[in-house]
Amino acid sequence: MGDEIARLVTLAFGATVVLITILLIWNLWGTSAPSRHKFGLGFLWGTNWDPNANDFGALPFVYGTVMTSIMALVISVPLGVGAAIFLAELAPPGLSSGCTFLVELLAAVPSVIYGMLAIFTVVPLMREYIEPALKGAFGYLPQFQGPMLGVGYLTAAVVLAIMTFPYIIAISREALLEVPRDQREAALALGATRWETTFKVVVPYARLGILGSIFLGLARALGETMAITMVIGNDSTLHASWFAPGYTIAAVLANEFAEATGKVYTSALVELGLVLFLVTIVINALARLLVLATTRKGTAKVV
Amino acid sequence: MNRLTYRKIVNNVMLTLTGLCTLFTVSILFLILGYLVYNGGKSLDWAFFTRLPLPPGEDGGGMANAIVGSAEMVGLAALIGLPIGFMGGIYLAEFSGKIMGFAIRYTADLLNGVPSIVIGIFAWALVVVPLHSFSGLAGAVALGIMLIPISMRTTEQFLSTVPNALREGALALGAPKWKVLATVVVPAAMKGVLTGMILGIARVAGETAPLLFTALNNQFWPRGVNQPTASLPVMIYTHAISPYDDWHRQAWAAGLVLLAMVLVTNIAARWILSRGISVQKG
Repeated sequence: MGDEIARLVTLAFGATVVLITILLIWNLWGTSAPSRHKFGLGFLWGTNWDPNANDFGALPFVYGTVMTSIMALVISVPLGVGAAIFLAELAPPGLSSGCTFLVELLAAVPSVIYGMLAIFTVVPLMREYIEPALKGAFGYLPQFQGPMLGVGYLTAAVVLAIMTFPYIIAISREALLEVPRDQREAALALGATRWETTFKVVVPYARLGILGSIFLGLARALGETMAITMVIGNDSTLHASWFAPGYTIAAVLANEFAEATGKVYTSALVELGLVLFLVTIVINALARLLVLATTRKGTAKVV
Repeated sequence: MNRLTYRKIVNNVMLTLTGLCTLFTVSILFLILGYLVYNGGKSLDWAFFTRLPLPPGEDGGGMANAIVGSAEMVGLAALIGLPIGFMGGIYLAEFSGKIMGFAIRYTADLLNGVPSIVIGIFAWALVVVPLHSFSGLAGAVALGIMLIPISMRTTEQFLSTVPNALREGALALGAPKWKVLATVVVPAAMKGVLTGMILGIARVAGETAPLLFTALNNQFWPRGVNQPTASLPVMIYTHAISPYDDWHRQAWAAGLVLLAMVLVTNIAARWILSRGISVQKG
């Protein structure tokens, strides 16, 4: 009797996460109704964002979000997986656990602190050195033309890359550690070098987990708000140049939500939130399944 | 150059590269720390902890109201989120069947991955809209919702490290399961659970995005949970993006305080956990 009560009571508390998630979807869907009815699906590819004219299109934000996240992953995946390989395969145990601890601390640094540091370090660095260098080397491409302001897509991507490292490293490392010892020993016994063993045997064995870590990093990057808001320049027109200021979904929410007036304006912002929510939840769901498939113990430890 | 030499060179080059990747990522942490300590240390003084913020141009001032506001909202969030997460975690570790367990666990992980700014919209719709005012309560609700999945998974994780022999011993003495949980299993895992929860609190204490349009901001002392409330992360944001040098100095000081709080909590928690937990004998 007492046990049954305990089971039901704890179940009720456990079920709150399901309830909250359902309520969250229902709420976003309901609150975004005016915008959904007015603009329909065209909202997603409308390029104009004009609160004064009550005309709203999401494309500049969707483009900014997707662009910065993909550019960030292009930077952070090779570096992150490389570091994970070093920590899981090569480093002596003491060094490995020490570095892993530091990487976990990196994940604990609040996003607003990344943003503040980026304003005062990464932005001037991009403006003075990196963007001119890129312009000199690839200036014939439209992506590397235009004024170099320091704030913009590329800077946001660099900051995002730094912020996604810890997730990619931590989860890739766990996936690599799950690879059975005999796999390595067999390859080494056949005469493979350390690198060949790692690259041709261990990494392919752990590929689902590594892919999962990339997806988790992607989900983090898509939803990252503060640091991006502080360095992307906040410009809701579309630019081909990577140096140009842009906008992301999360950044426009951070900047405009508190001051939004009128039903359509607010609901358009909520609809942006709904889009962001759906995209991140699908990517997260995929990532968790991939990680589950390799490690089979879930991601309780993952930050 | 023969084939073997080539392979050995590739081996050494690639292994060095992975080491450099690690060096690069780890050195970022030290760069962050060094830069913050250098800039924050210059600007941090006693007034920061005791005085209200001043308009740009006036020297001095502090962020005492933001520290109090943050403490108030995080405390309230802990009251909302931790008990729910704790009870849910007990269900996951001790009672859940395969299907329900998977569903709740998976949803908790998904909720944990929802961008914090979207949680902010949810709290806005839940609290700000009905009460017609930005409030510290709304901010606390947003942070509390974020704490639920975190504390749920932590509780589950530490309860499941309690050895089954402890459960069986108590059950063999004739105690019902709920009594075994309350008097044996939960106390045995308590140290780990509490440590995990403190880590969760440290994480939401640094959150800015869900507070922007729930708690908003305030230049004065918090006057109750139904008023807009200042918080340290939001203060860092508004001061860092402002064009004023004296505000930047305040932002550095606040950043140093916030980062110190987060890092000290994380290091202390790691230290406690590494000294072995879960089972207290005797």
